[in-house]
Amino acid sequence: MIRITRKVEFSAAHFYHNPNFSAEENRRVFGKCNNPHGHGHNYVLEVTIAGEPDPATGMVLDLKELKEILQREVMERMDHRHLNYEVPELAGQIPTCENIAAVIWKLLDPKIKTGKLDRVRLYESPDLFADCTADASNGSGART
Amino acid sequence: MKISLTRRYRFAASHRLHTAKLSEEENKRVYGKCSNPYGHGHNYALEVTMTGPVDSATGMIANLAELDPFVQREVIEPFDQKFLNEEIPEFRAQVATTENVSREIFRRLKSFPSARLERVRIEETSKNSFEIEDEVDEVRG
Repeated sequence: MIRITRKVEFSAAHFYHNPNFSAEENRRVFGKCNNPHGHGHNYVLEVTIAGEPDPATGMVLDLKELKEILQREVMERMDHRHLNYEVPELAGQIPTCENIAAVIWKLLDPKIKTGKLDRVRLYESPDLFADCTADASNGSGART
Repeated sequence: MKISLTRRYRFAASHRLHTAKLSEEENKRVYGKCSNPYGHGHNYALEVTMTGPVDSATGMIANLAELDPFVQREVIEPFDQKFLNEEIPEFRAQVATTENVSREIFRRLKSFPSARLERVRIEETSKNSFEIEDEVDEVRG
């Protein structure tokens, strides 16, 4: 089995706010991320596909095809957008690194027809990232 | 689908790879220049990976407002700008290789209350890195 990874970058704004929390609770739980004017990040997304190379092409999945899928599913939805207001898939969720990575996994998984989506890694900054991986044990993973 | 969150920290520390169980000549043979008597240092990068359910109220596996001060207290404060062999009691009895440093850091961070520590990864230099994972996962395969 071979894994191939494609990287894209997008820039987006967000803030953390739970309408069920009091203003004070929002500030306590989310700190400066609660600033209602929002703030932004240069997100770096690494998408890994696993599979056997096609003997005819030597490719697991044509990276050009993966690039187009990422453009359509992620970049057009999220690049230079406000994640709280402009991405319907995130509606009702706090746009944390964990939740954005999960949304990206769910958007990409059905679009990968050759090979298998193996990992979605989303960097919010060089010091913070979330990983989504296929959960073989179906155990202590995220609530879906 | 399984989600994890990884946070990266940094600390700088010195160590010396040397054990009283070996002769001076053997120490030199096994550890080479890492055994030089006055020690040497690294800029360590520490990656801490947490897993567990994403809390629907916060969207988080672990709130950095809790994780950062915890890692700061348990690891960064005791390890940063220190001589690991002398100043971390656990390395008086065992060699401060980065394998052992990883294991000690895993032990210290395992008690984080609101998520499960999945992995600790340390870059000793940009060329060498070390990883230790929760053994429950290893058993599960």
